[in-house]
Amino acid sequence: MTVFPRMPAPPGTAERAAPPAPRLVPLPMLVVLVLLATTPLWLARVGLYPYLALEVTIWMLFALGYNLMLGTTGLPSFGHGAFFGVGAYAFGLLQQKVLANLWFDLAGAVLVTTVLAAVVAACIAHKRGIYFALLTIAFGQVFWFVAVKWHSVTGGEDGLLNIVRPVLDLGVVRVDLKGNQALFYFCLAVFSVVLFALWRLVNSPFGRVLSAIRQNELRAAYIGYPVRLCKWASITIASAVAGLAGALFALAQQSAYPNVMSLHSSGFVVMMVLIGGGLVSFWGPLIGAVFFILARDVLGATTETWLLWYGLLFVAMVLIKPEGIAGMWQAGVARWRLRSAPAVAPALPLDAKGAAHGPL
Amino acid sequence: MALFEATGLHKRFGDRIVLQDLSLAFEEGRLSGIMGPNGAGKTTCFNVLTGRFAPDRGRVRFAGTDITGEPPRRIARRGIARSFQSMNLFDDGSALDNVILALPEVRARNFDMWRDLRADASAGQHAAAVLARVGLAGKEHAGARSLSYGERRALEIAVALAAAPRLLFLDEPTAGLGAEGTARLAELVAELKRQLTIVVIEHDMRFLFRLADTVSVLHWGQVIAAGTPDELRENPWVQRSNLGAMVPAGGAASPGAGAR
Repeated sequence: MTVFPRMPAPPGTAERAAPPAPRLVPLPMLVVLVLLATTPLWLARVGLYPYLALEVTIWMLFALGYNLMLGTTGLPSFGHGAFFGVGAYAFGLLQQKVLANLWFDLAGAVLVTTVLAAVVAACIAHKRGIYFALLTIAFGQVFWFVAVKWHSVTGGEDGLLNIVRPVLDLGVVRVDLKGNQALFYFCLAVFSVVLFALWRLVNSPFGRVLSAIRQNELRAAYIGYPVRLCKWASITIASAVAGLAGALFALAQQSAYPNVMSLHSSGFVVMMVLIGGGLVSFWGPLIGAVFFILARDVLGATTETWLLWYGLLFVAMVLIKPEGIAGMWQAGVARWRLRSAPAVAPALPLDAKGAAHGPL
Repeated sequence: MALFEATGLHKRFGDRIVLQDLSLAFEEGRLSGIMGPNGAGKTTCFNVLTGRFAPDRGRVRFAGTDITGEPPRRIARRGIARSFQSMNLFDDGSALDNVILALPEVRARNFDMWRDLRADASAGQHAAAVLARVGLAGKEHAGARSLSYGERRALEIAVALAAAPRLLFLDEPTAGLGAEGTARLAELVAELKRQLTIVVIEHDMRFLFRLADTVSVLHWGQVIAAGTPDELRENPWVQRSNLGAMVPAGGAASPGAGAR
């Protein structure tokens, strides 16, 4: 039975073909991993230094996790750096005060961050919009303040120094992570696992529910989904990834310091995700992290006020193209497809002389 | 016993009393209508009945179970679905995406991390069947945002139907529809009435009086009159109030004939 009259659809909108199911390992994932894995071969040739690949990988991990909250679930956190910092401090403290074992310290850092995030998430998961954002700033500042003031544990403003890059013991082989390249490949392995897991998560029924909550929380509740629990889970998972990234950052920097928990540091990850296009693409945060670190190094090499220029770029991007770089790419591909598609002319009846009968 | 029963509901926002000792009962397999002027408390009544707001006093029972104060997700899982006056859809998704999430078999594996809904042919077919039921066959992959107003209204009902409810609340389903859309919606509701218990808030009295088995008139947060459409036409309260002008005279007036 047809209830409502079938109206002609605007071109290119209705009656699209079914989108294909996302692949288990999609092409962009392979491209990202291959590009990262080959950095030792080409990074120096383009005038960059090897440590950059390590740093980019860690920030990519952080931004990717954060986008589960912002891009997928629609939760704008401005205090996410707190969990990055908690991960870094927890790793350092566990290594120095409990047990100097890489797996134990990494797992412990993630566990500590997850537990703290679960408590914070329980307090803020029922909030939306501006109230949610303000609460994340408040909690972020609390963690930052504790890191600065609890001098006997965190080292205060000096931070926690002398974190050691340990030996990676895989049973059959032992790899010393002292060198940047060895540590980079270890971080890349961790990043690959998290990348794959998050890709599966956002494409799973649970990921679709998170996306539905972003689009319409009320409707999601009225079709029977536990909205608050899902938001809590999203915040906790994103924070656990931040804690893991923070622990790797502590390894890379061989220290943990309160600056990474500050408000402006939390703002960096927001900028990465938005400029990269995390609101429209799973891959946006990865692009954004690369763009941010390169802007810092390339612009930073020419001017001390690089952040001012980057900030202006951010403002321009939000005003002109809020979908970010990934959104520009998607729009470009759509335009290219439209241009390259064969033009379909309406089949018009021909008269005896072969002339078409049109409206005029 | 009625399938759904609310007794002595009271709700206030600040110093404004919105529902006052409100009692309603909806019989299984029947279509119950709620009418009343703007500000009578109709939508608040729906919001209290479906768990969006907890009542200050009073009880709500569904199928013999007390569901007072239960949140919307729990009420939805009990088999109660609703549509909204101002549409609530997942606008970034397709029509199929909107419906598929509401299917009970999809909801049951909410935390499944490994399946992919786009690769789930069975859920896709089920969702497409629900869309076809409301006249949206062929629009499965159209973006919800790109649908026409009438199609979005149909999608709103499809999302509610996808949950396979036992009781369906429709909040002003004809709002914004033209005469033809209203007439077609009346056909759909008449068909659904054979399978479901339905409660409708409606301003279009021709629509309501043609379809409803019973109608309750709300004013100042209270039920001022209730009965079959024929009884209401004769009700002196209704005739004396300005609602009398809204109530269509008896006869086979087609729904939507007087629609906006």
